[in-house]
Amino acid sequence: MEEVIAIAIGVLAASGVWLLLRPRTFQVVMGLCLLSYGVNLFIFSMGSLFIGKEPIIKDGVPQDLLHYTDPLPQALVLTAIVISFAMTALFLVVLLASRGLTGTDHVDGREPKE
Amino acid sequence: MSWMPHLIAAPILLPLLTAALMMMLGEKRRPLKARINLFSSLLGLGISILLLQWTQQTDVPGSIGVYLPGNWQVPFGIVLVVDRLSALMLVLTGIIGVCALLFAMARWDGAGSSFHALFQIQLMGLYGAFLTADLFNLFVFFEVLLAASYGLILHGSGRARVSSGLHYISINLLASSLFLIGAALIYGVTGTLNMADLALKIPLVPEADRGLLHAGAAILAVAFLAKAGMWPLNFWLVPAYSAASAPVAAMFAIMTKVGVYTLLRLWTLLFSGQAGASAYFGGDWLIYGGMATIVCAALAILAAQRLERMASLSILVSAGILLSAVGFAQPSLTAGALFYLVSSTLALSALFLLAELIERSRTAIEVPLDYEGEILPRPPKSLQPLKGTNLDDEQKTVVGQVIPWTMAFLGLSFIACALLIIGMPPLSGFIGKLSLLSALINPAGLGNAADQPISNAAWSLLALLILSGLASLIAFSRLGIQRFWTSEERPSPLLRRLECVPIFALLGLSILLTFKAEPLLRYTQAAADTLNDPQQYVMAVLGTRAVPSPEARAALLEVQP
Repeated sequence: MEEVIAIAIGVLAASGVWLLLRPRTFQVVMGLCLLSYGVNLFIFSMGSLFIGKEPIIKDGVPQDLLHYTDPLPQALVLTAIVISFAMTALFLVVLLASRGLTGTDHVDGREPKE
Repeated sequence: MSWMPHLIAAPILLPLLTAALMMMLGEKRRPLKARINLFSSLLGLGISILLLQWTQQTDVPGSIGVYLPGNWQVPFGIVLVVDRLSALMLVLTGIIGVCALLFAMARWDGAGSSFHALFQIQLMGLYGAFLTADLFNLFVFFEVLLAASYGLILHGSGRARVSSGLHYISINLLASSLFLIGAALIYGVTGTLNMADLALKIPLVPEADRGLLHAGAAILAVAFLAKAGMWPLNFWLVPAYSAASAPVAAMFAIMTKVGVYTLLRLWTLLFSGQAGASAYFGGDWLIYGGMATIVCAALAILAAQRLERMASLSILVSAGILLSAVGFAQPSLTAGALFYLVSSTLALSALFLLAELIERSRTAIEVPLDYEGEILPRPPKSLQPLKGTNLDDEQKTVVGQVIPWTMAFLGLSFIACALLIIGMPPLSGFIGKLSLLSALINPAGLGNAADQPISNAAWSLLALLILSGLASLIAFSRLGIQRFWTSEERPSPLLRRLECVPIFALLGLSILLTFKAEPLLRYTQAAADTLNDPQQYVMAVLGTRAVPSPEARAALLEVQP
């Protein structure tokens, strides 16, 4: 399972970085999105990966980390998801404003000289 | 006083509530919102000053106030901590906030919607980032202040703002991702996010995991350094700050200082001399990275043609000086750096406000904002006599016009700002730079003979401090001559009283600092000593107990007799 998660994070981050370096604003938005997905998975995997452990407190299970997954990374991921989602939405608005004001979707607001 | 610890949460709650109130007031009723905003900002400044006084009075060693907002036992819940360093930053934020707001009330706040709400959220993020003692909570406050700054940087709209705002937002989103990766790595290795707890755990990290810890810390540091404006992570800063409207740019003068503050806080806690194998990890990066920043910014300042651009580059110079000075991990140098931080932030903030007024005094903007890089500087007009001016000795042109007070005010303020930023006597910029220089030459303190020779790094920083001052001197005097000593006829600008008051206040404070330099230097020295001994901070935070619930207290009382 570690390998699958690691490859997924790697692919997401690599595509994110590649898109981030592209000249069109929409590609940059997609890059930031993919990168934040990769980061979220990464935070999640930092709490160590387990199969078959309880995520929330259940009667009859001793309350320690041997029997539960670490709840903190889950809380962190939740916060990170909300924040990155909001920021991407805001970025989209700025993207549209930039498109309207400059008439191009290049990140510098003008087409490169040929 | 028993209610004093609760006051630690007030600088965060007050702007939050004010911003919520502004949202309810809706789009209209701007004068009312401006008044509420001003009242709340002044109140926030008052609270910060109270906290500052409190840190000097308390009997706790190191004068550290700790507040548990959720009343959870320490390593598990969020902690707010105020010590001398945070209190100093809080007061500085409060002062700059009030001044920027006063300036904005003259005309800028009407240039777009929700200025006042965003302004309060920005203040909340700044106050929160200075108060929190938890790594993830720090991330949240960073996002709060960034989210508000995205709105504020676009305030007033226009092509230059939107296009530089786009870069600003994408760079900061990327930096936030790096922040998260770094924080997650550190959590994965140590199992905690509480800064004081981290300081305890890091010496105990097994050797196999140390590489991972260092990687996490380095990634985290990249995020902060991008914020603090270290070369080569600072290309976003100059276009964004010079395009932002004047009050926003003045407010942003403290934003790079947030990066410097977090670096100083985390680095002195996590990688102090007591951190075992990780002691002073990455210090050289700070020293040499800061120096590279100074070199690049000082060279760029020589080429700058607009005052806003020069102000942004001066921010980078001061960021470089601060980063480099912090990297030496030497209390006397850190103390000098903190003094310099206060003085330069006040001056830069005033310069951003002033820049707009001075540029307004030009009849038309000669260089459009976007394409400055491609236009060669014009030859100074002042060198050629204007047409129709009779230069004959016998028939002097009639020069009978009294200098209008606005030009006198702008000129004198410009000189004061330039002196402060260059670091020339007699103003406080000089004292700041002097204390840095003296700490570099006397590592063991004035009068004590140094055991070891002064390092090459110290000599280079010393040379760069002086050379960067020279570069600023050349650039500022050239710009001053171009703007103020031209003989061309032009109408003197119309200034409103609200626009002059904040500049006057900021510069007045700087001049006051010149006369009252000793108390502030003592204070920054005490703050630096506390930073140098992280044990005080750790003990104060981990020693704080959660307040027992009423039932637990009743049970305790029953048991005792």
